[in-house]
Amino acid sequence: MALRIIYDILALTGVCAAFAVLLVIAQKFLSNYGEMKININGKRDLTVKGGNSLLSSLGDQQIFIPSACGGRGSCGACKCKVTEGGGPLLPTEKPLLSKAELADGIRLSCQVKVKSDISIVIPESIFNIRKYKARVAEIIDYTYDTKGITFELLEPSKIDFKAGQYVQIETKPYAKMKQKVVRAYSISSKPEDEKTLQLIIRLVPEGICTTWVHNYLQLGEEVNLTGPYGDFYLRDTNADVIFVAGGSGKAPIKSMLEHLEVVGTDRKMTYFFGARTTKDLYLTEYMQHFEKALPDFTYVPVLSHATPEENWQGKTGFVMPFFKDAIRDPKNTEAYLCGSPGMIAAVTKSLVEHGLAADKIYYDSFG
Amino acid sequence: MSISAFVLFWAAIFTSNILLTNFLGMCSYLSVSREVESSFGLGVAVIFVLTVTAGLNWVAHHYILVPLNIVYLEYIVFIIVIAAFVQLLELIIERYVPALYYTLGIFLPLITVNCAIFGVSLFLVIRNYNFLQSIAFGAGSGIGWLLAILMLAGIRAKLKEKLVPVGLQGAGISLIITGIMALGFVGFSGIVSVQ
Repeated sequence: MALRIIYDILALTGVCAAFAVLLVIAQKFLSNYGEMKININGKRDLTVKGGNSLLSSLGDQQIFIPSACGGRGSCGACKCKVTEGGGPLLPTEKPLLSKAELADGIRLSCQVKVKSDISIVIPESIFNIRKYKARVAEIIDYTYDTKGITFELLEPSKIDFKAGQYVQIETKPYAKMKQKVVRAYSISSKPEDEKTLQLIIRLVPEGICTTWVHNYLQLGEEVNLTGPYGDFYLRDTNADVIFVAGGSGKAPIKSMLEHLEVVGTDRKMTYFFGARTTKDLYLTEYMQHFEKALPDFTYVPVLSHATPEENWQGKTGFVMPFFKDAIRDPKNTEAYLCGSPGMIAAVTKSLVEHGLAADKIYYDSFG
Repeated sequence: MSISAFVLFWAAIFTSNILLTNFLGMCSYLSVSREVESSFGLGVAVIFVLTVTAGLNWVAHHYILVPLNIVYLEYIVFIIVIAAFVQLLELIIERYVPALYYTLGIFLPLITVNCAIFGVSLFLVIRNYNFLQSIAFGAGSGIGWLLAILMLAGIRAKLKEKLVPVGLQGAGISLIITGIMALGFVGFSGIVSVQ
């Protein structure tokens, strides 16, 4: 009986193996497309091995198109304009592209395969995105649930980014979490510190990445980062500025303020920091130092749930009622918001009611 | 079985249509029948895969499973044969006929899990068909399946402008239509029986 079972298992394994070998051989001969050229923006030519997706072919050449789902065609983040050689539109792309994008030749780079020479158009800023190896150099407790992590860049050792942009960090397996995940965090240090990056990370209950950062990440540990990403950065104009950001949303604002301290500015700026209680306040003195360092900057912490025992002397309630005093000329005011989608929707509504132009309200949503 | 391959071919299309009398291959039948064009593409792919896998699985049964005395593992082996063949076919089409790949190839992974394909392979063993009969049965079943999905797609295209009760929209009305079509096809069944 036992012999019979072993014999049957062997027979089945043999059949499976025969098919597997057949497929591997077929793949070797059939999927070998030779070398193909990718022309980018009509300037650069890359030579890649044909047959792979555009996203991974570019990734192999150190050009990182943002992708949240890792090339499975579900997030639609890896859009890119293909002007030549992309082949017909696939049914897997259609649902994620708008009519205007279809007409413009936008494709999902994870679905398009490089099977002929191909020409694409991507924003210049994407060339700047790199994969970095970095070492944890410092961990600071800002509040009971918020830490500031400083990374020293090892390879490459310098980063060029705009204040307000974000990087993606790759977690390592820990405890029962076997998978690696990738999460995005705004850079809180200034672009002038090109050899280090600071991120401010607030512990989210059950959060895969934040739990790892708060409970497992050690000083001196090496991690992988990619970036910089995003179009949330300080516009170079003379308009007045309103910043609204609570919790770890302070990170990109801190980066912008530090940058302005270095380059100098005479813009009128007000930063509304919304928090629940005094326990959630952090970097208050550091923010107040900008009131002296910058000619016209005001830091306004607002507490929504301050208890009488806390003896809070500052402003209370929501941040919206205080906008009126900070806005001189609504047509010449920009706003930078960072926080939850709910907060951003509410603040945007209020700012538009105050007369700000919707396209001058920039935001980074923690989706 | 004394029935000739020629009769079996026609019987598989009409009197014992694999979809309408056995209700096999339902998932892709319901989900891809929104447009006539894609239904046709999927149908053609099914015909091709069904015909070839019927032959392959007949060979697998008689020259691998029976000699090795592992007939009870036929479910697993048949699925492996179907999956491997579809994979290979996808590779070949993608390489040599890109135009066909974009119209047909995207349906191939869907076909691997189409129960009509697997059902035909099992039927040909249960009913003890010879090689020629198996091929005829496979091809006929494929054409029958194409016929059924084309009819449903055509009717659904017309239905778009009709008022369908909310609770019946989508799969509900499709299944009712399929039921009525099945009744029609059962009308042919007096002509010849392959059971």
